[in-house]
Amino acid sequence: MPEIGLNHFLVLSAILFSLGLFGIMTRRNAVVVLMGVELILNAANLNLVAFSKFNGTMSGVMFSMFGIILAAAEAAVALAIVLNIYARFKTVDIGEIDTMRE
Amino acid sequence: MALHDLLLALPITFATLWTILLIVVEATAKRAQLTFSLTSVGFLILITMMLFPSEQGYAFGEMLRLSPYSQFANFVFALSGLLVITLSQSYLAKENIHFGEYYIIVFIATLGMMLMASAAHMVVLFIGLEIMSIALYVLAGIMRKDLRANEAAMKYFLLGAFSSGFFLYGISLIYGATGEMTLFKIGIYLQENSATSLFWIGLSLMMVGFLFKISAVPFHQWTPDVYEGSPTPSTALMSTASKAAAFTALITVVLNVSSQTENNSNWIFALSTIAVLTMVVGNIAALSQDNLKRMLAFSSIAHAGYMLVGIVAGSDAGYSAVLYYALVYSLMNIGAFGVIALIEQQRELTSASDYAGLFKEKPLLAGVMALFMLSLTGIPPFGGFIGKYKLFAAAVESGLSWLAVVGVLASAVSAYYYLRVVVFMFMREPQAENQFEGVVLNPTLVLIALLVFLLGIFPTGMLRFAGEAMKFAFNM
Amino acid sequence: METVSFILFSFLGALVMVGSIGTVWSRNPVTSALFLVLNFFALGGIYLLLEAQFIAVVQVIVYAGAIMVLFLFTIMLLNLDDEQALKEKFDLQKGFGILLGGVLLVEVLYILGLKINLPQKSTTLTPVEIGEAKNIGRELITNFLFPFEIVSILLLLAVVGAIVLAKKNFSPNT
Repeated sequence: MPEIGLNHFLVLSAILFSLGLFGIMTRRNAVVVLMGVELILNAANLNLVAFSKFNGTMSGVMFSMFGIILAAAEAAVALAIVLNIYARFKTVDIGEIDTMRE
Repeated sequence: MALHDLLLALPITFATLWTILLIVVEATAKRAQLTFSLTSVGFLILITMMLFPSEQGYAFGEMLRLSPYSQFANFVFALSGLLVITLSQSYLAKENIHFGEYYIIVFIATLGMMLMASAAHMVVLFIGLEIMSIALYVLAGIMRKDLRANEAAMKYFLLGAFSSGFFLYGISLIYGATGEMTLFKIGIYLQENSATSLFWIGLSLMMVGFLFKISAVPFHQWTPDVYEGSPTPSTALMSTASKAAAFTALITVVLNVSSQTENNSNWIFALSTIAVLTMVVGNIAALSQDNLKRMLAFSSIAHAGYMLVGIVAGSDAGYSAVLYYALVYSLMNIGAFGVIALIEQQRELTSASDYAGLFKEKPLLAGVMALFMLSLTGIPPFGGFIGKYKLFAAAVESGLSWLAVVGVLASAVSAYYYLRVVVFMFMREPQAENQFEGVVLNPTLVLIALLVFLLGIFPTGMLRFAGEAMKFAFNM
Repeated sequence: METVSFILFSFLGALVMVGSIGTVWSRNPVTSALFLVLNFFALGGIYLLLEAQFIAVVQVIVYAGAIMVLFLFTIMLLNLDDEQALKEKFDLQKGFGILLGGVLLVEVLYILGLKINLPQKSTTLTPVEIGEAKNIGRELITNFLFPFEIVSILLLLAVVGAIVLAKKNFSPNT
């Protein structure tokens, strides 16, 4: 059995990042797009913690905490915006919420 | 540490405490007018603070870097914030969204920008960026009953969060590659060791985050819709101060990794391509816009392109030109949006042709708007000209004359759509009688016009301020 | 020991992937959200493998506990129907999304495939100590004091912003 090294974690994080990106680009439900953003933030946090452990400094772990705080703050404002969108448009399909393009 | 650090970081300490005061006052008194006054006082104190030389150095264990550089940037942010809120009042009242919270959020956004400009550590940079962005999402969506404002808020939010994700991922990779999060330590590490590909991927992801924030091509698609849909005073803030903040943070990052980027042909090539695309696409797309806000959105993309030229130049002259341009651009763009906000209150007058005959009815307002348009074009003797001149001169100095030529040509194209507005205002007959009856000129607009004019005629003082900012910025 | 951690990593890693694929793929937003919860829990496990106990706990409490409740709450409030089948709207943007995601993935994997030489820092901390709540707490009130304080402004802003945007009958008081 191979030893679990840094690369394993980084690969997992890269996959998470790409899936998040894929979700953001393809999904049309605003809430699900937000979930894609959460995936990307998680990927970054995983990176930070993994690097922190393998190079022996605290900064990464500390930063990942701030990343989590940020995700919470962002989600609160985002979902408030989504609620307003639903109240006005009766949908959260970002393809249909497009009144301005000429 | 404590007291000395708090004093060293006085602008930020003050802004933080003032924010809390504002929230407490708004929560207890519930009077928007009072909150407005207190916010203005807060901005005024900040501006005054920035005019006096202060101690420089690192505060809070190398978290913040207080220097003439951050001072200049903070000056720009506080000034923009003050101007924006004084221009907001009548608009908000008209749209029935005159919340005291609006001013608090503008103030918090400014605090976020100040953090970005003073950051010496990735975590402060990131928190600052997020405070600013989240505040701007709220400002975009604050007209809850309005269809387009909600759409704008959502688009802004989705793309903003997306770019923050890139930004954070980039930071994590840079941390992995260098083992440091303090910006100057990253710089030291890079001087001693060669940069790995991990570092370059991290830096480019971070750049994507920045390019989203300054709406550079190809990350600009959100800009027109968001600027058009948001309440006009909010648009004024997001098109000026937030861009200025992103640029100051960008300069901080680039300077700290400058050992890698100087004379690095890949870096210069990538960045100058983006600058050229941004200038060309922004200006050409602006040509066909009839809605004035949309036109200014594309023009703000183009202006981000001009400022990128200064970054590509990569010299102190280039960076200080960016700082100076950020100031002038903020002033004239806030002015232009201020005029639009006034006219918009008269029914739905949004396109350039609606401004026909403005000069006949409101000569002063038309004159002010014309001044902003001419300055945005870059016609002497206004501030915009000096700013552009400095940017392109820096590019020529760094041996990038072709970039300067593209910039000048792009500005020539931009003359068409800016001057079109002027022609409508001065040469055409109004579409209806007394169309602009209820428009009351806000004295702030005259003040902004005066500042833009003065910055064009007597630029030396401010230029020296910007130059000093760069000179002392990063050698400690 | 190594075998155990390898098995654990494979298991949790698979869960993370299943969770995230489910999130972006499932048509019903509620299912997406539940997959996301799975993803968060599995990531918490991964953090434990990395000996970052504190972050693991925070991950589960904040993400799975707070953020996901917010998401589910919103979805329930919106009462959304299923999106149409993914195949029906395979348009240019979708293709671009797959392309971009794929290219980035390959690129990152390629780089990671190379041997990464991490900068070695002179440190007195062992990996276990880095993840300990005691050390994190100490860092928070020493080196990271400023971000720790200033992030409260971010939270304050989120509270004010969310109330301004979402509170019912929020009207100007003059």
